[in-house]
Amino acid sequence: MTLAEAQPQGLQFECETGNYHTFCPISCVAWLYQKIEDSFFLVIGTKTCGYFLQNAMGVMIFAEPRYAMAELEEGDISAQLNDYAELKRLCDQIKRDRNPSVIVWIGTCTTEIIKMDLEGLAPRLEAEIGIPIVVARANGLDYAFTQGEDTVLAAMAHRCPDKSPIAESEKEERNSLTRLLNFGRKQEDVKAEESEYVKHPPLVLFGSLPDPVVTQLTLELKKQGIKVSGWLPARRFTELPVIEEGTYVIGVNPFLSRTATTLMRRRKCKLIGAPFPIGPDGTRAWIEKICSVFNIEPKGLGDREQQIWDGMEDYLQLIRGKSVFFMGDNLLEISLARFLVRCGMTVPEIGIPYMDKRYQGAELELLSKTCQEMGVPLPKIVEKPDNYNQLQRINEIHPDLVITGMAHANPLEARGISTKWSVEFTFAQIHGFTNARDILELVTRPLRRNNSLKDLGWISW
Amino acid sequence: MKLAYWMYAGPAHIGTLRIATSFKNVHAIMHAPLGDDYFNVMRSMLERERNFTPVTTSVVDRNVLARGSQEKVVDNITRKDAEEHPDLIVLTPTCTSSILQEDLQNFVNRAQVESKGDVILADVNHYRYNELQAADRTLQQVVHYYTEKARKRNELPEGKTEKPSVNIIGISTLAFHNHHDCTELKRMMADLGIEVNAVIPEGASVYDIKNMSRAWFNLLPYRELGLTTAQYLQEQFNTPYVDITPMGVVETARCIRKIQQVLNEQGAAVDYEGYIDEQTLYVSQAAWFSRSIDCQNLTGKKAVVFGDNTHAAAMTKILAREMGIKVVLAGTYCKYDSDWFREQVSGYCDDVLISEDNGEIGDAIARLEPSAIFGTQMERHVGKRLDIPCGVIAAPIHIQNFPIGYKPFMGYEGTNQIADLVYNSFTLGMEDHLLEIFGGHDTKEGITKGISADSDLGWSKDGLAELNKIPGFVRGKVKRNTEKFARERGVEKITAEVLYAAKEAVGA
Repeated sequence: MTLAEAQPQGLQFECETGNYHTFCPISCVAWLYQKIEDSFFLVIGTKTCGYFLQNAMGVMIFAEPRYAMAELEEGDISAQLNDYAELKRLCDQIKRDRNPSVIVWIGTCTTEIIKMDLEGLAPRLEAEIGIPIVVARANGLDYAFTQGEDTVLAAMAHRCPDKSPIAESEKEERNSLTRLLNFGRKQEDVKAEESEYVKHPPLVLFGSLPDPVVTQLTLELKKQGIKVSGWLPARRFTELPVIEEGTYVIGVNPFLSRTATTLMRRRKCKLIGAPFPIGPDGTRAWIEKICSVFNIEPKGLGDREQQIWDGMEDYLQLIRGKSVFFMGDNLLEISLARFLVRCGMTVPEIGIPYMDKRYQGAELELLSKTCQEMGVPLPKIVEKPDNYNQLQRINEIHPDLVITGMAHANPLEARGISTKWSVEFTFAQIHGFTNARDILELVTRPLRRNNSLKDLGWISW
Repeated sequence: MKLAYWMYAGPAHIGTLRIATSFKNVHAIMHAPLGDDYFNVMRSMLERERNFTPVTTSVVDRNVLARGSQEKVVDNITRKDAEEHPDLIVLTPTCTSSILQEDLQNFVNRAQVESKGDVILADVNHYRYNELQAADRTLQQVVHYYTEKARKRNELPEGKTEKPSVNIIGISTLAFHNHHDCTELKRMMADLGIEVNAVIPEGASVYDIKNMSRAWFNLLPYRELGLTTAQYLQEQFNTPYVDITPMGVVETARCIRKIQQVLNEQGAAVDYEGYIDEQTLYVSQAAWFSRSIDCQNLTGKKAVVFGDNTHAAAMTKILAREMGIKVVLAGTYCKYDSDWFREQVSGYCDDVLISEDNGEIGDAIARLEPSAIFGTQMERHVGKRLDIPCGVIAAPIHIQNFPIGYKPFMGYEGTNQIADLVYNSFTLGMEDHLLEIFGGHDTKEGITKGISADSDLGWSKDGLAELNKIPGFVRGKVKRNTEKFARERGVEKITAEVLYAAKEAVGA
């Protein structure tokens, strides 16, 4: 257990009414069904849930959809129909039409309210239809937006095998990442390369990232002689990483506190608490922390970080001395704020749906340290913010940029305040050294837009 | 339980919120869990709305579930009343919170005591009504509420306006081309010498409602929204209504003739035949288009039509009657009102499909292989897959249905827009022949297949594998930049690591 226990000094935490806008946690289906290629996501909810998915994801139903709604109708709500029989009918159809390796049931507010026993039904149905069923309760009563991924990964953590498979063929399948990295190399080279790794206990990374980013972070660690045994989630359900007692785990996303807890308590893993690999500063701290746990002297990280900073100088010039206000949406706020302070911005307020001070401990500490080093005031962190109150504060301090949910962007722009959608940071590739510039590409876009339109004089409506 | 991949109409609360937010200075409180408030996103993004959407969620969370929500809902209503001074606050649950079976009417009564504005509970069954039905129901409820309120206070005006006048009912936010239709209808009314007494709900104040009785008639451009309101007003004030959708040259004329009849019956000696002639022959280009050689080439082509009742029925009639196109299938997702649809399209199409299942309509399109589809965004996707062009004629709404330019579907300018849509949806006349003769002139293949083009640089298999993960539309650029980077550094074999190093270096 290497979590930072002490509260970082000077940071001020507040909690407001929770009257804020964010997406429903079932939206995680949008990226997870694409990430896990052999999965099928079944969202068990109402028309309200279905319409949200449809609108949030746009029309994404192609020839072979891998997510669907189990739309609850009046008979389901009034318990006139048998839940097991109904779900069996739907899952039989999914098996027949799509034959996925896993069906993920996404519970919603409605299944919570009518107390549908999804966890009780799943094992029976799984045995009957012969497809693993993972149950995640990604409901809006308990969670916000990106935490949906947390519920799914926490549920999948239970499905990771606890010992390496014996059969050679299965081994082959599980190590597709290694296979990819070794693609086209001679067997001797691969063996020689094994020796490039330092001997250390197994390390599993958790958090859903696009495949190219997975490769990038894996390569970064390889440069330090660290071997990643696997990722949760993997590209296929059948390739979930082996997790043994004592396996070291580290998260790549700040919204995965439940997954972290599950891995520690239920799978007896050792959690490495570090800032998240967002921005060159965070990525360096993340790698350094892993190195320190494995007693490895990190090589060349300072140069690597500096090189990234140098490559971003054109963008940094645009944002130095400017202020950014986070209304709070996707729980990436602390990491992004820390990175942007390091870039030379000031952050008056960080709204955030939920603040796990333990899981985000190292990140909070780095934020605090960064502010001190940069000589800027510490931001006020507002958990469960109240959007109406925030708008009054935005009106008062008139920040140069507001990072906000989609509902407020156009109205703020109409009032002459530049905005960027928080959801873009959820979907863009922002992790690691390589993608730091992409964060600034997003952050500077409204400012560059302002520069290109500045002579027109149309500022507010 | 129903396995659903797509929905043509949204849930009930969306309909209620569309009505509430269409009115001026009305606020809605949603009794709902976090994340059910995506209506705000839709309105802000799709309508490009400059103001904050007047909808606030009274969040249902674990605590509310345990303790009940009475205080919270009442607090949120009175808070909004004090902050924004709306004329009316509409409280609505969603599918989710309606199961809690809380006595929301009681919350409303309590909140009313402390609020300056009016407070009502939208009275809709969230499991039996969809968005369209709920919108219609809520509009009637609001009109009823303010009519009764005025009656109690003896504020209902007597008699009709001096000149012939109309209420246009059913124009709403987040609906298909409604703003443009409304502008066109207002123009048409002005041309006909008819005053617009009220447009509801879009842009109206709830205080306008009591004056609705002064109109000579009500105009209902859309079948889905406003019918129960018009029926209510007929009951209360004996106001006749015209429910012929003025879409297409023929139906627009029929609508205007019906208006003439309604006004004649009330003693106004209007004659619109000259106007109809003038518009049909000289103003609208659609009637001439029907006679032109371009349209002749469309004769007998097969089309499938699918959408809401209003647009699918009107489009079927236009294609069949005005353009000589053979509608092999006409369909609607308004199952609750299917009799009306069947009656409207009978005689204009070979077959009728009433369904909410996108798979069913998709299969029918694949089977029928029409030359064009006129449907919703979903049919557009089906068309893309089957390589059949599709013109979008109906909701569910999409950002493309909020064009910056003026694109009404109704009235005489609407006929022009529809003629363009139809003509551009089919493969164009001469192009059709050329394609047959020369086997196409599409060169896109050559451009996108640049990945393994002749190059002095070698790509390792892992490098190539990574390159292939990059989305197609930027892959070419990434490849070029990476090779430039490799050449500058004298790298001979491009591996995944080189690819990412290049990305860092050039920001590709």
